[in-house]
Amino acid sequence: MYNFDYQKPGALADAVKALGADDAKALAGGMTLIPVLKQRLNHPSVVVDLAKLGLSGITVTGDSVTIGAMTTHATVAASADVKRAIPALAALAGGIGDNQVRSRGTIGGSLANNDPAACYPSAALALGATITTNKRAIKADDYFTGMFTTALAADEVIISVSFPIPAKAAYVKFKQPASRYAMVGVFVAKGPAGVRVAVTGSGQGGVFRFTAAEAALASNWSAAALNGLSVSADNMMSDIHGSAVYRAHLVGVIAKRAVTAAG
Amino acid sequence: MPQVTLTVNGKTSSVEVEARTLLVELLRDKLGLTGTHVGCDTSQCGACVVHIDGNSVKSCTMLALQADGTQVTTIEGLAAADGTLHPMQEMFREHHALQCGFCTPGMVMSAIDLVQKNPQGLSQDEIRHGLEGNLCRCTGYHNIVKAIDASQSLMHAKAAE
Amino acid sequence: MNAVFQGIGASVRRTEDLRFISGKGNYTDDINRPGQLYTIFKRSDRPHAKITGIDSAAASAMPGVVAIFTAADFAGVGGLPCGWQIHNKDGSPMAEPKHPILADGKVRHVGDPVVMVIAETKQQARDAAEALAIGYEDLPSYSVSRDALAAGAAAVHDDAPGNLCYDWHIGDKDATDAAFAKAARVVKLDLLNSRLIANPMEPRSAIGDYDRTTDMHTLYTTSQNPHVIRLLMGAFVLGIPEHKLRVVAPDVGGGFGTKIFHYAEEAAVTWAATKLNRAVKWTSDRSEAFISDAHGRDHDSHAEMALDASNNFLGMRVSTMANLGAYLSTFGPAVPTYLYATLLAGVYKTPAIYCEVKAVFTNTVPVDAYRGAGRPEASFLVERLVDAVCHDTGADPVALRRQNFIPRDAFPYQTPVAVQYDSGDYFATLETALKNADYAGFPARKAAAAAKGKLRGIGVSTYLEACGIAPSKLVGQLGARAGLYEVANIRVNPTGSVTVYTGTHSHGQGHETTFAQLVVDQLGVPHNQVQIVHGDTDRIPFGMGTYGSRSLAVGGSAMVKAMDKIITKGKKIAAHLLEASVEDIEFKDGNFSVAGTDRVKTFGEIALTAYVPHNYPIETLEPGLDETAFYDPANFTFPGGCHICEVEIDPDTGVTKVVQFVAVDDVGRVINPMIVEGQIQGGVAQGIGQALLEHAVYDAQGQLLSGSFMDYTMPRADNLSNISVGTENTLCTHNPLGAKGCGEVGAIGSPPAVINAVVNALSAYGVRHMNMPASADKVWNIINGGHRVAAA
Repeated sequence: MYNFDYQKPGALADAVKALGADDAKALAGGMTLIPVLKQRLNHPSVVVDLAKLGLSGITVTGDSVTIGAMTTHATVAASADVKRAIPALAALAGGIGDNQVRSRGTIGGSLANNDPAACYPSAALALGATITTNKRAIKADDYFTGMFTTALAADEVIISVSFPIPAKAAYVKFKQPASRYAMVGVFVAKGPAGVRVAVTGSGQGGVFRFTAAEAALASNWSAAALNGLSVSADNMMSDIHGSAVYRAHLVGVIAKRAVTAAG
Repeated sequence: MPQVTLTVNGKTSSVEVEARTLLVELLRDKLGLTGTHVGCDTSQCGACVVHIDGNSVKSCTMLALQADGTQVTTIEGLAAADGTLHPMQEMFREHHALQCGFCTPGMVMSAIDLVQKNPQGLSQDEIRHGLEGNLCRCTGYHNIVKAIDASQSLMHAKAAE
Repeated sequence: MNAVFQGIGASVRRTEDLRFISGKGNYTDDINRPGQLYTIFKRSDRPHAKITGIDSAAASAMPGVVAIFTAADFAGVGGLPCGWQIHNKDGSPMAEPKHPILADGKVRHVGDPVVMVIAETKQQARDAAEALAIGYEDLPSYSVSRDALAAGAAAVHDDAPGNLCYDWHIGDKDATDAAFAKAARVVKLDLLNSRLIANPMEPRSAIGDYDRTTDMHTLYTTSQNPHVIRLLMGAFVLGIPEHKLRVVAPDVGGGFGTKIFHYAEEAAVTWAATKLNRAVKWTSDRSEAFISDAHGRDHDSHAEMALDASNNFLGMRVSTMANLGAYLSTFGPAVPTYLYATLLAGVYKTPAIYCEVKAVFTNTVPVDAYRGAGRPEASFLVERLVDAVCHDTGADPVALRRQNFIPRDAFPYQTPVAVQYDSGDYFATLETALKNADYAGFPARKAAAAAKGKLRGIGVSTYLEACGIAPSKLVGQLGARAGLYEVANIRVNPTGSVTVYTGTHSHGQGHETTFAQLVVDQLGVPHNQVQIVHGDTDRIPFGMGTYGSRSLAVGGSAMVKAMDKIITKGKKIAAHLLEASVEDIEFKDGNFSVAGTDRVKTFGEIALTAYVPHNYPIETLEPGLDETAFYDPANFTFPGGCHICEVEIDPDTGVTKVVQFVAVDDVGRVINPMIVEGQIQGGVAQGIGQALLEHAVYDAQGQLLSGSFMDYTMPRADNLSNISVGTENTLCTHNPLGAKGCGEVGAIGSPPAVINAVVNALSAYGVRHMNMPASADKVWNIINGGHRVAAA
């Protein structure tokens, strides 16, 4: 790891100011940033730890679940409120990484990093979440701009993420065997924004919507409605764990399993 | 240099560290707590697992400075003051859940957190799933799963005291 | 006294666990020497290139940098020696190019160390390593044996033409040809044995230290055999005489073979510590381990079985290309020859066998022993070939095996490939495994799985291995450059406690417990009065270390011999004290007594008398009770057994899950059943890992794609299920314990059982063979019509 300055501000304004420096990096749970720093793939001038900004917490209303950016996966997974309102979201959080990753990793960190193999982006996109930052509210549809890239500006900090409560939803993940990240993760939801199917782990551009499946499910919410449906292999990732064709096939299989799980 | 103040196994220390110092480096190199091991550099193996404020974390994936003000428990801090071992330590020995011993500290720390957080009890399959963050190359996990299974009733009985 | 039996056969809880479960272990990286420096090796990121220049000016000026060394600095230092010389078919010796400590003029694999940077802290050394500028001129590179052997391939070493290390053979070619000539049928199979990375959980580490007062050099290292490292590094690399060099291998976090070898980093830190007069420490990162720890396996083979009309095995022909990597590792050349082809008879009475092996230099990490070392390659080939015979002839896998087993009354059995099996009962292990696995109930389980949409398969492997290496005379004839005996020093202390100094090394095997049980059994001393000392060349007379499942069969036998000497001397002391003749003294349960009387001296009394010899036969007997034995066995040992695996495949995803695994092994005398079970379970887990998950993969550019735990699939708890272990033991006939060995059987017997089960599950798709690992994408490809590609 290269050395850097470390700041742990107690006020959002101070954090935003610190992040205005060249090559500043925000640190949430650190589950992706610290491994990247350890490999010397990034050389920040200053690391701004967001832990003291009071950004964690969960609020559930009649039609939405709002999760503070620094809320850990373990907290979301264990939340009785989330389990009641959007059980699929609690289950997704409870399946990210391992127990130790869930102790530290946060929803804000996951969405800000937008790793193409992360789980949360699929929930945000499928549920039509709104990402609230220190500057604005961003619709999930406008938020994910490609692998490891988002609509966030350098000095923009996620404050919270708000998920509309769906009628039905489920997330099923097929793990890359070694890293255990999502190789194909599919989040299906039937909610206020209609039927949405978001796929993570497999696309070259990061999370994406499986629109053919959405159309099929909109008229017939059943796994059988997805028979024969798959995505094109053209935009799928390919590596030693599976070809693009295999991943494209898995998207269809996992989507069906997610629909079955959603009931 | 920045300073970090934390309480490790009940003892509070203030240490100057470079910002890039990992918690595991602080524990091993500055505090001499070499029971916490480093087995990989990609946060996969879990040899470095410690408890921070009661939650298991990978100390190789956390800056020492992030642990400022926390309560840290390492493998060295599990036994009672009189030397009585934690039930998980006892069960690891009883069920031959370790061979070379290198993954053992992290495995034990993860296992304790897993059992503590699941007072309803875990099946052997659930225990296997709960060990996703820890690699062992020696045992094939068979006896680790047995040891954790056996520790459940002991730990829950103790917690109920 | 002992209320609980703690001798041979008891599952005594492990002594060493008390420190390991409390964080009190002492691994190499836990050790810090006063004034210690840290080193980072700058490694090649190219598979094959000329070094056109190294500019270290900027790095030298970085904070904390103490020294920067390149190959030029090691000019007077020898290369890493190879411990085994193989001869070609024509009798000429193998090609043996130099393996320099740091790459000299050329890099030959990604990970080849080029520059050694030493600084006050590890981070400073790393910062400086990054500031080095190394110029390269790329050369064509090869990671696959077949490509490196192709005509016109660039030479990895100028003194190894055609990239051939050796072209070796074993067996009677004419007799084998004759067997094939009269065969009613020939079954052929091409198969790969996948390249693996051992990945013990403790990365390698080494600390060099130097004491200028005594001119003593010390190396602390993660080794399975400190005396071997002292011999190789002292005599062949650094020219330090053994009495001036101490090698300490403290607690070692797993080895699995990859910590046998003498590595460049060990010599470099020892050399640099002397040069700088300060201790120098190196600890590998895991990512670094992937490109610097010796890899395992990597065979490309063609096998043929000749059968008569009744499916009796008449002859077997095998041709193998073995990838040795860029340099000869310590025992690399022995693995695909004497540890492999000598096992091709397996458990079968095949009368004629001929095997030829071409060993190849490639631009990959050196390949050497990994748990099983050659024997898993043999068992996979033989047991897959037997199942291919079943596939082609319609024979039943169990019946065909039984029909061709070496009969119970045929021992000692001389195979056509040099070795002689002393004992075994392959029928017994098979029958018990069939029972434990409820083999007869499989069709019902398969039907139940099918009803759930799953493909269920069952696979049998009846394997054999040779271990307990070995007779020095024999291995010397085969090319070993060392003896392979073992040493034990038994020191009875004046108050009757016992310290055992063993030349073997425990890195997970539980020697401190098992060996103490031998002392309990032989000398009648309580378990807690026995200390086992290993891993320090200054404390232990000598030893060859732990590998090849040899510690009990060879090291334990040395202990028994040394204890025999203790008892013999004790009897003389007792005879004197009891005023009886030596012939009348009996030793039992820790007491020396005059036969047929109640006159007794305890072991403790005899020990005290030996050290306080006031009333002692001093004219004829030296004081003291301290004996050493060197034990050189008469033969290898031959464990074997039957592994039966059941898998379920999800045809939608190709995911294969082992749903039942039954092992029934013959490991000879068992000292601690709990430890033996654990060894077998661990070996099986590694075998399942090879069969389903693990694979070291290079891309066409020579980069290791599976270069971290993010891409190299290590078995995790949820990849495995419980592993049923049973034994049907026959005793080894030539060592005093009757022990055979248990460390490797799991990894040797299991891979073919798993793949046989996978192929069985996929039989409806016309699958005859598949190479390891049976990963989800490969299996899915086969199900979806790609099996011709996947099997190629």
